[in-house]
Amino acid sequence: MKKDLVIIGGGPAGLAAAVAAYDSGIRDILILERDTSLGGILQQCIHNGFGLHRFGEELTGPEYAARYEQQVQERGIESLCGTMVLSVSPDKTVTAMNKQMGIFTLEATAVVLAMGCRERPRGALNIPGTRPAGIFTAGTAQRFVNMEGYMPGKEVVILGSGDIGLIMARRMTLEGAKVKAVCELMPYSGGLNRNIVQCLRDFDIPLYLSHTVSRIHGKERVTGVSIAKVDERLQVIPETETYIPCDTLLLSCGLLPENELTKSAGIPLDGITGGATVNQNRETALEGVFACGNVLHVHDLVDFVSEEAALAGNAAAAYIKGNAPAKEIALAVKPAGKVRYTVPQRIDSAKEEVTLFFRVGSVADNALLTVKCGDKVLLTKKKRRMTPGEMESVRLSPALLSEANGDLTVCVE
Amino acid sequence: MKTTELTCIVCPMGCTLTVTRNEEGEILSVEGNTCPRGVPYAKNELLHPVRTLTTTVKTANGKLLPVKTDKPIPKESLFAAMEKVNRVVAPEGVKIGDVLLADLFGANLVATADLR
Repeated sequence: MKKDLVIIGGGPAGLAAAVAAYDSGIRDILILERDTSLGGILQQCIHNGFGLHRFGEELTGPEYAARYEQQVQERGIESLCGTMVLSVSPDKTVTAMNKQMGIFTLEATAVVLAMGCRERPRGALNIPGTRPAGIFTAGTAQRFVNMEGYMPGKEVVILGSGDIGLIMARRMTLEGAKVKAVCELMPYSGGLNRNIVQCLRDFDIPLYLSHTVSRIHGKERVTGVSIAKVDERLQVIPETETYIPCDTLLLSCGLLPENELTKSAGIPLDGITGGATVNQNRETALEGVFACGNVLHVHDLVDFVSEEAALAGNAAAAYIKGNAPAKEIALAVKPAGKVRYTVPQRIDSAKEEVTLFFRVGSVADNALLTVKCGDKVLLTKKKRRMTPGEMESVRLSPALLSEANGDLTVCVE
Repeated sequence: MKTTELTCIVCPMGCTLTVTRNEEGEILSVEGNTCPRGVPYAKNELLHPVRTLTTTVKTANGKLLPVKTDKPIPKESLFAAMEKVNRVVAPEGVKIGDVLLADLFGANLVATADLR
């Protein structure tokens, strides 16, 4: 079967990409979704805080997803749920399977990768101790509590202060559990400040910075965890170890873009983001294959996922119609100083304004951002504080880009 | 004169607000907000903090349905509200925005998804 556009993933990125591509004139679109319904992770994010940028009002996750599902339905865009994509080949053949159709292939003119991300599991964290029941990633616990109707436990310790961990601290508390501590390895929280306030402080849940879980105890079920302070090299200081009895440990220790399919297509990945390297239109190194949302780099806000996905959807439409902008330049964008990565990683057209997104690797107070081309400073910007938990951005105008005659460096000091 | 630092929770920006009050506790100024919503937030937060409650209710078909209060309710009522919400069973055919419980500490409890 031939398709103009195949979108892999029916979460916020996939839905927004589909709507944008349709509105750019593409009709032959198919969204493939692994779960039983569209909406992705938003379905289990029942808390509010979504949509302030995109819709100008505060929505819950399911409400935000419903807005996009409605747009997809109004346009009659086709989707297949309960469908697992097995591989994407370099010639853009998508192999997928579901219960009704068995294994089938789609020959796509363009592909949008919108598979989202996964949580870092215990196995990737090297926490010493036993292997009892009662250890969950925060997102798994969120699905249990908010969608399946199970409480994972009664006395909880949370490792990692990412937003999902903070949100789950409040959620478990409201549902009657006692959250005894949130431990964060780094000296700062990985979550938004508002979540520290409304999820932890509101309920007097202690946040221990520069602390980690040094041991898990329990045979059949978790009976407790040892927590300890860490030094500057993030190594446990043994004499600071204390024991906290609990029956559940939730892990909120970072998200990893899910790029197995991207790899199967031979598309090169960025070693820092874990996502594909892309140009300003979110086109990967394989022409006609685009990536957007958390599969590309982990976002803080779904609003920015939608925005990025619309960019990718529009670019995919232009590619299908054969009027993609000419690649008249080739600028690599390189991080420097405290900047860990940038998206996009390359710019190949100076016709339109490009917004560069980036994250710093450590807290920068009185941060000075410079965008340079060789020794030539193209732009500087000051900000009171930049933290790894919040994605930053800088806009590069066509005039500024036309001044660049070589690779760009984005630096924060 | 007394100053208090608050983190605004109106949106994900999380602005740091500096609130100055006189000896009688009257608010003289709010600084640090990047949008106008920071000012009423700071006043509420010091005088009578409120929060939007988001949770789930049981349904006729056994699945869970996400719900929220359509406006913030007093912070100290959150647990009392949870008790009331946990007794609600959403009937079949509930649509997004439908009121499931009226006058829950001054707000309505509304569905945030269609029941399917």
